[in-house]
Amino acid sequence: MGMTVSQKILAAHAGKEFVAPGELINCKLDVVLGNDVTAPVAIAEFEKLGMDQVFDKEKIVLVPDHFTPNKDIKSAEQSKIMRDFARKLGVKHYFEIGCMGIEHCLLPEQGLVLPGDLIIGADSHTCTYGALGAFATGVGSTDMAAGMATGEAWFKVPESIKFIYYGEMPRWLSGKDLILHTIGDIGVDGARYMSMEFTGEVISKLSIDNRFTMANMAIEAGGKNGIIAADDITREYVQKRAKRPYTIYQSDPDADYFEIREYDVSKMEPVIAFPHLPENTRPVSEATGVSLDQVVIGSCTNGRLEDLEIAASLLKGKNVHPEIRLLVFPGTQQIYLDALRRGYIETFIEAGAVVSTPTCGPCLGGHMGILAKGEKALATTNRNFVGRMGHPESEVYLASPAVAAASAIKGRITAPWEV
Amino acid sequence: MKFIGKVHKFGADVDTDVIIPARYLNTFDPIELAKHCMEDADAEFSTKVKAGDIIVADKNFGCGSSREHAPIAIKGAGVSCVIARSFARIFYRNAINTGLPILECDAAIDAINSGDEVEVDLDLGQIRNLRTGEVYEATPFPPFMQAIMAKGGLINYIKDKR
Repeated sequence: MGMTVSQKILAAHAGKEFVAPGELINCKLDVVLGNDVTAPVAIAEFEKLGMDQVFDKEKIVLVPDHFTPNKDIKSAEQSKIMRDFARKLGVKHYFEIGCMGIEHCLLPEQGLVLPGDLIIGADSHTCTYGALGAFATGVGSTDMAAGMATGEAWFKVPESIKFIYYGEMPRWLSGKDLILHTIGDIGVDGARYMSMEFTGEVISKLSIDNRFTMANMAIEAGGKNGIIAADDITREYVQKRAKRPYTIYQSDPDADYFEIREYDVSKMEPVIAFPHLPENTRPVSEATGVSLDQVVIGSCTNGRLEDLEIAASLLKGKNVHPEIRLLVFPGTQQIYLDALRRGYIETFIEAGAVVSTPTCGPCLGGHMGILAKGEKALATTNRNFVGRMGHPESEVYLASPAVAAASAIKGRITAPWEV
Repeated sequence: MKFIGKVHKFGADVDTDVIIPARYLNTFDPIELAKHCMEDADAEFSTKVKAGDIIVADKNFGCGSSREHAPIAIKGAGVSCVIARSFARIFYRNAINTGLPILECDAAIDAINSGDEVEVDLDLGQIRNLRTGEVYEATPFPPFMQAIMAKGGLINYIKDKR
């Protein structure tokens, strides 16, 4: 019996030849990640253990991105706990304001996560790094604390679902549409506890930024991880960033899957997820009547250069609708700078958008773009739960950057070919 | 471990933003978090809930964020146990790690109503509805996981073992 790429990574980190789904294993970790919301809780737990050093100063990554630049005094105190801890214990990869970015845009960009790695992060969207052929999964603060102390974590080896995407990618279709379509198909717990493996001719041609978007939202189907086996596109991305060796794994032809699902993308339209679950999906042509108050482009899901590029291409020479507030959040300082040099930032500002420093802010209703009662936003973010972007009676619609830019121009949910 | 408490029943896919909205995540103090527990699903929850009460919910309870503030808020509100048809993966792990007792049981979800008084025996995985006398069987956790919950979480469990 062969193994999936996820099984192979887990087996390698458990020091085993073979692991089977359902098996409980203890693994060595390559990266342990936390942010300004989750790390302070982990640090308190870490200190309760009586620990005064981390297992490896190079393998802990701390990113203040959720409520930063600090939105209030309490948030400033949380950030300070993390900053003081990083300095005191000599954590190498702490990213201060000015260097920081949205964690799941930042770590790949900095070459801190690589193919074949086993990564835990106290943030549910840690699954993003699966786009590089790593096994990456979200955990809570206590698991992060134990990970920082020991460099190990226990796992139940997940079953895998294989998703095969085939056909010709239509002009305006993106990784966001593929993953929203998939979540709409299987539901928000359709891959609960399982590994989601994205494959097929469409994936093998898909850009790395679009792959990050797909792996990022595996958690929205309940997945333990999302993964795309590394290939030439991955190699091209990591070779200029990696500062340590890495391993590329492929699934065996006789690997065992819980289920295999196939999608023909040829006739797919951009997808909108209606409130209040990411599984409430409709093709954009069935959603075009919904009027909006705010549009958000950015986040760990869609805050990368290619996302900004497509949004800028639609907004170039156009104006944001007078009744729309368009907020743009580049994922990292580097993405911001690249977008600036390419003229995208100028395009956004001339169109009437605001451009922010990298932050998770509005995605989770933290700060920088909170909705009032009854307001509606379309966002390139990942969750549209009740109250996610502000008032419990506000609404969030999820979509791709192309749909977001088109909708910002028209003031209502709009297909990109309409502008 | 045994608990008796009044049931607060919720539907499917109760997410972590409902359990504790992100706008309150600038602290991890259990008392502060408890004031806003379940706020966006039931604004009165934090005033209605009494120490020992039990949450009963449908599938995929705790989906969404990895915030450990979610089980901390529920524990802080005095809830003794959460019984659901299923739990989202990260919440499941966080609940055990923070010492919030949980059980998965289809029959209990189908039969128990809000306001019922139920008795939970975590060691046996038994849930008794004190209104009807019915008993529902859940699969009990293995002893080491019960021990983690009994110690109030993974950190206390590790410290005690040292």
